[in-house]
Amino acid sequence: MQIAEWLNRRGGAAEAGELAPRRQAAHVAYVILRDPLALFSVLVILAFVLVAIAGPWLAPFPEQGYGKTNVATRMLPMSREHPFGTDRLGRDLLSRVIIAARPALLVSLGVVLIAILIGAPLGALAGFAGGRLDDLIMRITDLFLAFPSLLLAMAIVAALGPGLEHAAMALAISWWPWYTRLVRGMAISLRQRYFVEAAQSIGVPSSVIILRHILPNCLSPILVQATVDIGTVILASMGLAFIGLGAQPPAPDWGLMVSEGRTFILDQWWYSTFPGLAIFITVLAFNLLGDTLRDIFDPRQYR
Amino acid sequence: MRKLEFVIRRIAMSILVLVGLSVITFTLARVIPSDPAALYIGPHPNPGDLERTREKLGLNRPVPVQYAYYVRDLLRGDLGDSIATKRPVLQEIGDRWPASLELLLTAMIFAVLVGVPLGVLSAQLQGSPFDVAVRTLSIVGVSMPAFWAGLLLQVVFFRNLHLLPLAGRFDTDLRFSSPIQPLTGFYLIDSAVTGNWIALKDVAWHTVLPALTLAAYPIGLIARMTRATMIEVLSQDYIRTARAYGTPEWFTIYFYALKNAIGPTLTVIGLTLAYALTGTFFIEIVFNWPGLGLFTVHSLLNTDHPAIMGITLLAAAGYVIINLMVDVAQAWIDPRISLA
Repeated sequence: MQIAEWLNRRGGAAEAGELAPRRQAAHVAYVILRDPLALFSVLVILAFVLVAIAGPWLAPFPEQGYGKTNVATRMLPMSREHPFGTDRLGRDLLSRVIIAARPALLVSLGVVLIAILIGAPLGALAGFAGGRLDDLIMRITDLFLAFPSLLLAMAIVAALGPGLEHAAMALAISWWPWYTRLVRGMAISLRQRYFVEAAQSIGVPSSVIILRHILPNCLSPILVQATVDIGTVILASMGLAFIGLGAQPPAPDWGLMVSEGRTFILDQWWYSTFPGLAIFITVLAFNLLGDTLRDIFDPRQYR
Repeated sequence: MRKLEFVIRRIAMSILVLVGLSVITFTLARVIPSDPAALYIGPHPNPGDLERTREKLGLNRPVPVQYAYYVRDLLRGDLGDSIATKRPVLQEIGDRWPASLELLLTAMIFAVLVGVPLGVLSAQLQGSPFDVAVRTLSIVGVSMPAFWAGLLLQVVFFRNLHLLPLAGRFDTDLRFSSPIQPLTGFYLIDSAVTGNWIALKDVAWHTVLPALTLAAYPIGLIARMTRATMIEVLSQDYIRTARAYGTPEWFTIYFYALKNAIGPTLTVIGLTLAYALTGTFFIEIVFNWPGLGLFTVHSLLNTDHPAIMGITLLAAAGYVIINLMVDVAQAWIDPRISLA
């Protein structure tokens, strides 16, 4: 990393991914502030995080958000007191939607983080070491990748039992192979760079090379993938909850609310619409941001 | 000859993957649960059944032997009996997969027919309002939760506009007035082939909304990928040469450019197949489509273990096989791949 920084200060860097971190961040900020879509997505994500953190204080009826029922106010349409209406147990939907942001954020962040923590080192190991170890790791990775992610998650939840924690575990198990494959590709190309050769020739052990040289240089593609993945994991966990495998009632969860509102969709359309809208806007923001980051860091790769 | 080698290697790899899949499902079905026999039979078993199932599954034997039993049963087509319906799982799957496949194929065909031209046009008109609209729609399609979109479409097209039916594959009155001959299980084909036009119109009308909802994500992905690859291809020298030769523009685009751009698009189509496979679960729930997805969800909620494991294995195996076909198709179109 230090050698790369030295080189950067001396000469121009070929892509944004090669700049030192501080200049990278400044460049990202520059691009985002000038692109209305990217700006929009960042603002939405900030709002999402804010709502997730401050949920109980923002919601007009916090206890109802968590599950306290009020049978007197069942299935009310949108009004000034209940901007999103109420659900079939009388709970204010706006509060439920606000409070459900926190588990959504926590689960998706957790799943992606675990997937990176498992997948990236494995991928770096596989790419750097090559040979039989590489083959072994890639066989296992390809095996997990052969399953459609949601199908594997469903099967794991079926084996473990429904519930938010099991769903999160299942999703993490389904997601780590993507990062292994990603980092392995990067590691293979980095393996031939001069700074790695230099480090090896002065006797730096491989583990240190992987930790201090290879992994940090993989951060940009990991970041791009992680941003989009947070959105995709939110979608997946909401999908699991919709089926009934994720969060269980009375927990506040957007997917669960859409599922509950389904029976009433024709008359009380607001019940399913607003939680679904929350999912949609959040995932949209993460996808837009991921696209922008991808354009910045790797304009040639358009996956 | 290189191509043949490549195909054989790919097939061998796929077989290895299938074996690995069976190991994973075996682990999920027999190793992880605390009492696999109880899960296999279901609640309230007859007195001797539990022991007999333990014998049958080989639960008293070491794990590798259990796996051998598992594979032996698989090869015989014995996936166990569904706890909910008391019939063999394979039969349940066999009854239901045409419905799901019809939905899947309709959606995918629609997605390719719409997504590819959109991507091509978008690349040609890069920067125009049309291009911006296509890009926006693509991202929207990719971000929308399928179940929510389906619900919204139901409200708009059934309740508000009264244009399309709410759910199901066809109107149940049809069963008496003009029943569909179960030739292939694909109602669209069956009614068309037997000249049952009333049924064909009805089935087609019922298929529109579910297929549309399912196709949203693939259209987004395919349009984006086609657009990106076309933009790169159109800037290549051979396109400039073809134009300099006076080749008609449509020929240049659809023969030279598209043929070179189709590779990554095929990869994306393979990826969207994974999405479509899992997407059918949600679509079938929302639209009450009597297919494999609905059956899976019911099995999941009723912890019908044999059914769940059977479906997981077969769905994953199907996915592997389709990926294999996509890869072979890619190698056939682009000879460079078989050299890799």
